[in-house]
Amino acid sequence: MTIFDRNVNRRRLLQGGVAVTAGLAAPNFFVKGAWAEEFRNNPGNAKSIKLGFNVPQTGAYADEGADELRAYKLAVKHLNGEGDGGMMNTLKPSSLKGNGVLGKKVEYVTGDTQTKSDAARASAKRMIEKDGVIMFSGGSSSGVAVAVQSLAQEMGVIFMAGLTHSNDTTGKDKKRYGFRHFFNAYMSGAALGPVLKEEMGTDRRAYHLTADYTWGWTQEESIKNTTEGLGWQTVNAVRTPLGAGDFSQYITPVLNSGADVLILNHYGKDMVNSLTQAVQFGLRDKMVNGKKFEIIVPLYSRLMAQGAGENVKGILGTTNWHWSLKDEGSQAFVKSFGQEYGFPPSQAAHTCYVQALLYANACEQAGTFYPPEVIKALEGFEFDGMGNGPTLYRAEDHQCFKKVLVVRGNENPTNQFDLLEVVKEVPREAVTYDWKIFGGELGPYKV
Amino acid sequence: MDALVLQALNGLDKGGAYALIALGLTLIFGTLGVVNFAHGALFMLGAFCAVTMQKILTLSKQIEDTSVTFFKAFKEVPYLEIWLGDTGRMLIDYSVPIAILLTIPFMLLVGLVMERGLVQFFYKRSHAEQILVTFGLAIVIQEIIKSVFGANPIPTPAPDVVSGSADVGAWIGFGDGLYYPYWRLIYLGFSLTIIGAVFAFLRFTTFGMVVRAGMQDRETVGLLGIDVQRRFTIVFGIAAVVAGLAGMMYTPILPPDYHMGMDFLVLSFVVVVVGGMGSLEGAVLAGFLLGILQSFASMNEVKAIIPGIDQIIVYLVAVVVLQVRPRGLLGRRGVMEG
Repeated sequence: MTIFDRNVNRRRLLQGGVAVTAGLAAPNFFVKGAWAEEFRNNPGNAKSIKLGFNVPQTGAYADEGADELRAYKLAVKHLNGEGDGGMMNTLKPSSLKGNGVLGKKVEYVTGDTQTKSDAARASAKRMIEKDGVIMFSGGSSSGVAVAVQSLAQEMGVIFMAGLTHSNDTTGKDKKRYGFRHFFNAYMSGAALGPVLKEEMGTDRRAYHLTADYTWGWTQEESIKNTTEGLGWQTVNAVRTPLGAGDFSQYITPVLNSGADVLILNHYGKDMVNSLTQAVQFGLRDKMVNGKKFEIIVPLYSRLMAQGAGENVKGILGTTNWHWSLKDEGSQAFVKSFGQEYGFPPSQAAHTCYVQALLYANACEQAGTFYPPEVIKALEGFEFDGMGNGPTLYRAEDHQCFKKVLVVRGNENPTNQFDLLEVVKEVPREAVTYDWKIFGGELGPYKV
Repeated sequence: MDALVLQALNGLDKGGAYALIALGLTLIFGTLGVVNFAHGALFMLGAFCAVTMQKILTLSKQIEDTSVTFFKAFKEVPYLEIWLGDTGRMLIDYSVPIAILLTIPFMLLVGLVMERGLVQFFYKRSHAEQILVTFGLAIVIQEIIKSVFGANPIPTPAPDVVSGSADVGAWIGFGDGLYYPYWRLIYLGFSLTIIGAVFAFLRFTTFGMVVRAGMQDRETVGLLGIDVQRRFTIVFGIAAVVAGLAGMMYTPILPPDYHMGMDFLVLSFVVVVVGGMGSLEGAVLAGFLLGILQSFASMNEVKAIIPGIDQIIVYLVAVVVLQVRPRGLLGRRGVMEG
């Protein structure tokens, strides 16, 4: 007995097969974004999606973490169509509609990275496995960013990095599932160089105090390359443990080292403590080699300036963004954030807010939450209106290229938030580099 | 040479804090036989007395900041400034020294409540159980402080007049260029004064004599009809005050956060072990000694020979001392031996 009809021959079978295949493929063909692939934490028909905000709520970078969380909450509000919309109104090109993402309401969960890689990974894993987040984001330590980025790649969930400044994040440790809007140590060096030359000359002796982890190392290297390129000598570069608290034992040797510039490769609470203590030890009043002793903080923010108080006055550094910028995007964000919280956002808050919006926009553009397609929408994305001028999300390393600000601790603040003065807006071209110089591999789209 | 002097001063400074905490730990161990792992938390509580005083003195009225145009912003103007003008500003400036008025009674109370309310029930228990319960208490205190004041360090500056550096070089005949922060010098002087006061109290008062006798032979002193326990309870309170004052005065050097006690606790225990469990002189000697050693180990010249030595020197010394002389530098024969 045969189950086939006598009239069914091989040709008919083939014809039928092609028809069935075409029929199955049709939805993918005609309906944009109807990806058949199953992926981790696919929201499917759910009415909402969940994002994970993994920030340091304790530890050396807790101040930044708190501000990042404020920014994420504001971004969620704006994405869901509440509030004044902030930078959703200025992003160009934008596919955002203010009705959530792809019509699904945005919800979020939070975690504490404790500024520790292992705790951050555990927290991110919980978000992915237990809370079912479709994307996670957060800073503020590069050690943490590198650790959770590799988790993102392993688990196939996109990580939109918050504040992370190490070259490694989008250099040797870059990942297909990791994206960084924030600038990096190389760009700080490139932006700071010409200003240092102009203000301090080419005959200087620098002493570095460096936070002993990936960010500190790469910043020290980038700044050293820049200053030595100017003709400066590096007297010494000393590594200090993250969260050292009392830096006096590291500052004392600077006094008699013959150095006339101290470069503090510290951030957050560490920078507040080391700068305060350096000033207490009278470094800023010293004359060495016939020159006024100078302190440089290559990466600093208004939050740190606030913590260090009077001590930041006149000190040079770089920042990713500052609330006093006059462009349409910055003003919209500052107004929105200020109305919500009563004070302007920090650079950490800015980058996190932007990252949340960019992810949502990429999903809208791709028409799906399927990570490989969202990644492709972000790769090479050119946009404007987010506070840093025309910006490119470079496809080769997932690093954003935009202008960088050289800032100085304001000598004569006009109000309580006016702590940093923008000295120079360094154009994107001046801080762009060849992605190959840092090596690394992005890895596959599909995991 | 200048570098050596500065590192020695740094070491003395840090040693002062270690010695003050270790002194309290030793007092409690010597009198009550309790290993108090909550002592670091007492140091932290003292620091937060300074923060509280600062908050009290800067209670503020919110006034709209019209210089901010992007959004409605408010600035805080302290009531003291509104009511008393310059005098008010000066009081705020001196909030850390003024905090002594809060720290002494508060820490005494905390010490007494801690001893009567919890620690007394663990006198007859093993050291391991004492460590567990006091460590648990330390975590509870930490979490309470975290929930009230948040997790971030709170800047608590020294008065303006002593916020700069002193020309120590000129004072000791080393010439110009040898500067050391005023507040750190004040801290060193303060810790030496407190240590001197505790020793004088134990040596020259009847109360102190009874305590010392009780430390030697509690039973015999009890047989003489003296209520040793009550005195030991007070000693616990005194130890809490000493730790609290050490923390309070440390705030301009290190902005306090809820975790600062734990950082000091571990080192202070090493100090007690190196000095000799139960030996007050040992605790002070080891405190300064380890502070100075840690400071010299941070010198670039030393680290060039043995990288990372600054991070382990204290523990290295502890290992050597425990191997060679288990009772510690000035410990009594038999304690921690055999």
